Amino acid sequence: MICKDSLSLCKVLIMCVLLSFAPMFSSASASPTESDTSHTAKTEAFKPGTFILDHIGDSYGWHIVSIDNHHIAIPLPVIVFSKHSGLNIFSSSRVAHGNSYNGFHLSHSGEHAGKIVETLPDKSEVLPFDISITKNVFTLLFSGILLVIIFVGIAKKYRKHKDSAPTGLQNGMEIIILFVRDDIAKASIGAKKYEKFMPYLLTAFFFIFFNNLLGLIPIFPGGANLTGNIAVTMVLALFTFVITTINANKNYWIHIINTPGVPWWLKLPIPLMPIIEFVGVLTKPFVLMVRLFANISAGHMIMLGFFSLIFIFGAKHIAAGLGISILSIAFTVFMGMLEILVAFVQAFVFTLLSALYFGMAVEEHHETKHH
Amino acid sequence: MLTLAILLQAVANTAIAKMGAGIGAGIAAVGAGIGIGQIGGKAMEAIARQPEAVGDVRSNMIVAAALIEGAAFFAIVVCLLILFI
Repeated sequence: MICKDSLSLCKVLIMCVLLSFAPMFSSASASPTESDTSHTAKTEAFKPGTFILDHIGDSYGWHIVSIDNHHIAIPLPVIVFSKHSGLNIFSSSRVAHGNSYNGFHLSHSGEHAGKIVETLPDKSEVLPFDISITKNVFTLLFSGILLVIIFVGIAKKYRKHKDSAPTGLQNGMEIIILFVRDDIAKASIGAKKYEKFMPYLLTAFFFIFFNNLLGLIPIFPGGANLTGNIAVTMVLALFTFVITTINANKNYWIHIINTPGVPWWLKLPIPLMPIIEFVGVLTKPFVLMVRLFANISAGHMIMLGFFSLIFIFGAKHIAAGLGISILSIAFTVFMGMLEILVAFVQAFVFTLLSALYFGMAVEEHHETKHH
Repeated sequence: MLTLAILLQAVANTAIAKMGAGIGAGIAAVGAGIGIGQIGGKAMEAIARQPEAVGDVRSNMIVAAALIEGAAFFAIVVCLLILFI
């Protein structure tokens, strides 16, 4: 509608802008920039549960490393609208360490644990409207910009040198782009109608793949668990659902409401078959969402669990900690390799299933054998 | 005496819920293991029968394994919900 070419820049930009609203719905529920426990007592017990959940969740500042009690973190902007004091934009370092700024502070317990709450003059605590640039939002913008730079560059190269062989980054990406086109789109949607869906399929594949890989890099700007955030995967699944529903032709709806080849008594007095089909329509995007979220989060949890082993054993005796660290690191490296494979496979499976749903939505009517 | 009994019951419910979550996660892992093991086995047989189809068989095997893992992860998510919410 707005953008006419298949692989146009403006479609990619619109996708990125729409996707950037995804983490808004996620709860930025996680620790503050530096965990308060680490500077109340020097020998604070290591809690693997909070350690793992902090690293998987979102947070307001980007904690890089803590040496003794000196914390190195990158503060990110906090943007909150409050009914009481209007728009507030400040650095997350102002509310770190339990400080309070302008009535806002980071809550550590209770129902708003990990989020910024506002203390009204009458001592009640409310959640302001929060559109801060948290770790996940920052990674979303970063990976979005990275994708735009890479693919706009490649598109320009294709346009300028139309008839020459691909070189450099274009060459590398072309392998994956052709893989998505031939083995995913053409195979699932059919050679006649696949072109319309290619921009979304390519965007989804590369977005999920890049963000999965970024999550595995332990240092800034990687290391944020974006595709393990259920709000982001929910938005991606919603995109697939909306595109399927908008592009569905009459055959698709007939298959749901009046499935051909099914005996009439499953449809008439109690419409059992239509109910099952309708539930199927809702379940498919839900499953897409949970599959990606659980795979990526679980992978990170396992690696973090292996790291925690070192600290748990080290708390008993430093030699035990050093001993287990060899085993732990070996397992973590192995899990890391597996996670790289999972990063690709999950992007592939998401894109393949989306393409299958698109294919089912635009399928032409086959002549079935009528009994 | 009565309050102690109620308190004990409350504590026991939480403990039983956690045990249920643990057992559920274990059964999910067993299910995924059986499913993916079957896929792997049949894929090996297919490759042995027709070694030149190794590429196709391998990609389909990985796709099927990912889908089965999706089902196992459902159970894991439910167990995590029990534990933490």
